[in-house]
Amino acid sequence: MKGRLPHLLMGGAVTLVLGLGVAWLSASPAWRNAPENMALLRLSFTHSGDRSASCRDRTAEELAKLPRNMRQTQVCDRRRPPIHVELEVDGALIYSAESAPSGIAGSGPSRLYERLLLPAGVHELTVRMRDNPASEAFDYEATREVELHPGQSFVIDFRKDSGLIFE
Amino acid sequence: MGVRTALKRGFDRVERPLDRLFGPDWNPMANLGTLSWLMFWIVTATGIYLFIFFDTGVVNAYQSVKWLSETHWLHAGLARSLHRYASDFLVLLMLVHMVREWAFDRYRGKRWFSWITGVPVIWFVYMSGITGYWLVWDELAQYVALTTTELLDALPFFAEPIARNFLTPASLSGRFFTLMVFLHIAIPLLLLLMMWIHIQRITAARTMPPRGLSVLTLAALVIVSFAMPAVLQGPADLARFPSTVGLDWFILGLYPVIDLVPPSVIWTGALLFTVLMFGLPWLPPRKDKAAAEVFLDFCNGCTRCEADCPYTAITMVPRSDGAPFPQEALVDPERCVACGICMGSCPSSTPFRRSGPLITGIDLPGRPLSKLREEVIAASADLAGPGRVMTLACEHGAAAAPEKGRVILPCVAMAPPSLFDFILSRDLADGVCIAGCAERECHNRVGAQWTKERIARTRDPLLRERVPRDRLLTLWAGPTEGARLDEALAGFSKDVAALEPMPGKRSLETDATGEEDPR
Ligand code: HEM
Ligand code: SF4
Ligand code: SF4
Repeated sequence: MKGRLPHLLMGGAVTLVLGLGVAWLSASPAWRNAPENMALLRLSFTHSGDRSASCRDRTAEELAKLPRNMRQTQVCDRRRPPIHVELEVDGALIYSAESAPSGIAGSGPSRLYERLLLPAGVHELTVRMRDNPASEAFDYEATREVELHPGQSFVIDFRKDSGLIFE
Repeated sequence: MGVRTALKRGFDRVERPLDRLFGPDWNPMANLGTLSWLMFWIVTATGIYLFIFFDTGVVNAYQSVKWLSETHWLHAGLARSLHRYASDFLVLLMLVHMVREWAFDRYRGKRWFSWITGVPVIWFVYMSGITGYWLVWDELAQYVALTTTELLDALPFFAEPIARNFLTPASLSGRFFTLMVFLHIAIPLLLLLMMWIHIQRITAARTMPPRGLSVLTLAALVIVSFAMPAVLQGPADLARFPSTVGLDWFILGLYPVIDLVPPSVIWTGALLFTVLMFGLPWLPPRKDKAAAEVFLDFCNGCTRCEADCPYTAITMVPRSDGAPFPQEALVDPERCVACGICMGSCPSSTPFRRSGPLITGIDLPGRPLSKLREEVIAASADLAGPGRVMTLACEHGAAAAPEKGRVILPCVAMAPPSLFDFILSRDLADGVCIAGCAERECHNRVGAQWTKERIARTRDPLLRERVPRDRLLTLWAGPTEGARLDEALAGFSKDVAALEPMPGKRSLETDATGEEDPR
């Protein structure tokens, strides 16, 4: 490296300037991924459709053909029905769709993940879910008035034991 | 001018001033691959150090990063900044390296291997960076987690939407975070494996920049790390969503695009890009000239060609013809790009031979030594007047265009030193100019280096002592340096014209009469 001091200094200076540029670009310019004063609403369920509607009683004849230990009185489809979910925000229907069951045989839960940006402020949220195709109306329904703050993340989830959850 | 030629000349123009600032051998543009390796090792070393201070649980990860950046800023904070900036540099260097290899047409024909193995490297580099940003668990990490999982959920692979792990503070899963910590170690290890495979078809690939360049680069990175320590954003909070984040544009530069277009477009784009990258060496392919051929009658198994071939195309194998040497050279035609460097390295490659046809140990079928000898003699006929200079030119450098008195070669190292001797001692010219490509980097990797060492008599085959050095000019000039080439040639011609006549030179005709060389 003898006689290379000028290269060390000049090359070092160039690399330093480049490095400062790289360091700057590693945190700026900032990226705004949502407009100002918005809140994030996510509607996400993982819930199994109710297949009881597909069940029927076995006839006495059928039962007689089965081995004694397998004589269950009901047969049901292996496949689960889809669930139907609707979301209304301030009276307007924003989302309405069926979610198919998961798994190759369709025996797994339906899964749903929707994101939506709402302006901050007070909103009336209504969620409905039908998990049994035999039901006339929705099996679950809830309305909630919420005040969303800018930058808030709000979630509507469902749990079997507690029903629809707003959090 | 095609896109490639324009780009190549553009690189040459940008790189020339850097030659002056760094010196050609330390020019970072000629060291993009080696600098990428250096960055990888800096990232690895600082990463290991950071793990001493980092809490790998999601609850305390952020606090531990804050603590090591503030309380231990002098060493752990430095390591963190170095870790980040070296990663950013790795991305930058890799992308420029990739475009440059494309522009210099080093990715097709028999040279496809490095390109194809480079494509997965791109993916691994980005995945390493993304998992790294995840671990900080600040607002940026939260943004990365959300955007990444939502993008992944668009693929039909995951049973449960993985974005559900980031719904609410309560759903945040430590197991998932542990998986990220694991991936951030496993992916870089796979990257290292890919980087190693990437250079397997390169003879003695350089994986370290010249020492001085390493020193100045590291010093600059350390100064940058103290001047602008890596930013830590607010802590992640799943009850909120970070609508504005400071982005690392090197590693996360495509995230805004992910925000703006549907996942299907992103995945289709990524797939198309990858397929296109894999296909590029054949769009269109390059037909390399016929591979070098070994002539066993003239091969004594000296291994010089094996050592000099830049592309691991030659191996030494047990002798097959019963000659009393243990080995012979064997060329792998799948790897040989017909650069001719092996021909220049073979001790049998001497144009002086008078009896029998001119055959050497290893020869290019498309451009054998005998033909090269004829071309040199023909070029001599075009030279006239005092100070006749014959140019042996590299087809990638400033002298790539045909010209009277110029013989253009795939690489200047294809010319054995005895050819220079032949031209001068047989009075075919008064001076020989060896015009290679730009000094900072040889198109065939090592051609310039071998040529210099052969002339300096430090590498076989040595230039004979009797060749007057003042009649040899080595000139390294890139495609945009035509003016400098012309100037140097004119000056050299004047210089050799002013020299005393060369002692002992004789004409080819006297050769033909069979008289002994007087020396
Ligand atoms: C971390 C990223 C990378 C590293 C560390 C790296 C490193 C290297 C090194 C050390 C060489 C050999 C240089 C020499 O000694 O002559 C090389 C050559 C090459 N690389 Fe990379 N590389 C990287 C990424 C890529 C990528 C992404 C591509 C393209 C897709 C690529 C394409 C090539 C090509 C075409 C060559 C030339 C091979 C030849 O001369 O025949 N590299 N790289
Ligand atoms: S011509 Fe010779 S040196 Fe060049 S790639 Fe082929 S075998 Fe290797
Ligand atoms: S350089 Fe020539 S003599 Fe030596 S191994 Fe190669 S072909 Fe044989």
